[in-house]
Amino acid sequence: MSYLTLSITLIFVLIPFILSKQFKLGLEKDTVIATVRSVIQLLAVGYILQFVFDSESYLFIILMILLMIGAAVQNARKKGVSISGITWKLIVTYSFIEILTQSILIGLKIIPPTAQYIIPISGMLIGNSMVLSILFLNRFTSEVENRSDETELILTLGGTPKQSIHHSLMSSIRASTIPTIESQKTIGLVQLPGMMSGQIIAGADPVQAVMFQLLIIFLLLTTAVITSVMLGFLSYPSLFNERMQFLK
Amino acid sequence: MAERISVAIKLKNVKYGTKNMEILKEITGEIYKGGITTLVGPSGSGKSTLFSLLNGMKTPQTGTIIINDKDIGQYDPIQLRREVGIVLQKATMLSGDVYKNLSLPYTLQGKRLSEEKAIEMLKLIGLNESFLHRKANDLSGGQQQRISIARTLLNEPPILLLDEITSSLDQASQHEIEQLISNVNKQFSTTILWITHNLRQALTIGHDTWVMIDGKLVESGSSDLLQNPRTDEVRRFLKGGEK
Repeated sequence: MSYLTLSITLIFVLIPFILSKQFKLGLEKDTVIATVRSVIQLLAVGYILQFVFDSESYLFIILMILLMIGAAVQNARKKGVSISGITWKLIVTYSFIEILTQSILIGLKIIPPTAQYIIPISGMLIGNSMVLSILFLNRFTSEVENRSDETELILTLGGTPKQSIHHSLMSSIRASTIPTIESQKTIGLVQLPGMMSGQIIAGADPVQAVMFQLLIIFLLLTTAVITSVMLGFLSYPSLFNERMQFLK
Repeated sequence: MAERISVAIKLKNVKYGTKNMEILKEITGEIYKGGITTLVGPSGSGKSTLFSLLNGMKTPQTGTIIINDKDIGQYDPIQLRREVGIVLQKATMLSGDVYKNLSLPYTLQGKRLSEEKAIEMLKLIGLNESFLHRKANDLSGGQQQRISIARTLLNEPPILLLDEITSSLDQASQHEIEQLISNVNKQFSTTILWITHNLRQALTIGHDTWVMIDGKLVESGSSDLLQNPRTDEVRRFLKGGEK
């Protein structure tokens, strides 16, 4: 695709802009900002990726992954400000997921250890993990607040902090992972996943594209569950002190 | 009531506060074993906070609390909370039936409450066995409060703290709960501390009374003090004008 062709696609930005103006939706400014940001960010990423691919240096690959983790932590931590040390808990969670999945993928020779594979897959995993952690933290903080009477009841009866928070923790883990599991049930029926569509458009063999997409689906499932479980079990102890008192 | 010989709870210069406010100001006093001591005083005088300290849900900033001859800091928090049971004004019920709610103290210890024992507890609190599998959240406020008392009693606590447990109940339910607590005190020799805003209740049920005003223990002794207060502060409170 040339830059000229790309600029023609701006027609798809113009349509919502005109509709917004016509119906006084007030979305014009946000539409322009979103478009400009996505163009700048994606083009910058494109050039950076090209540089990293060309350099064939593991140092740049690691730096790219660290950058992704940093951006994801920065975004997700806002949802968990009430949990002390949330920044480190997110860093540990994302890093664990990245190390675990890449070790399996590269160690079992499922993908070659090159930037072309490691970086896009890391992006998908860390991005998915970030969304999951936001969903989890949102749900968990509201569950803890709504069930504070139950938590205190269990503590006053001689329950442990883990017993007192069990319901909130489990329902938050369940609620945050359900969208991933549900979306996988209809995948291919309702929509073709982005990565697979991209590969097919770029001329790849559809069966090969499906196989890679399945790999991503399985990875997303594992990251979803690991993110919620790990973040949950790292987060709940900070709601209590060493005398097992609930820090509201 | 047992004679005032052995002390169940001893407080010395107990202080507690938040960053902005001093809630308890050097509380010193003793609660005798096997009696019913009522705590009265205006709202915000620190009565419920004192209960949180005794049950280990909060820790005093300074001072000592001795429970059954042992400093509160030496207790394992779980053990302390089983020995000093608390029933709150809001009887929180778990979703599910009465049996599930009564079982909670046992479940937390990895034990199973037998249905026979659960029925025995229901009888103790004046409910028949047909209540066992009724949904707890469908019960009346008075019935939920009784289940809440039974649930705490299943830990067999030697000390029982009651925080305004009858304040939202009608007159008949209040009398039933008073009778129940009186029976528990006699049957199990449980030391009972009862926060109440009902001065009639404090006078008729309580053997002893503590009057707390503005975070201080202003007067304590036999519940008769409510009829013959020694200080103007308590006199003003009893006349209905909160300090």
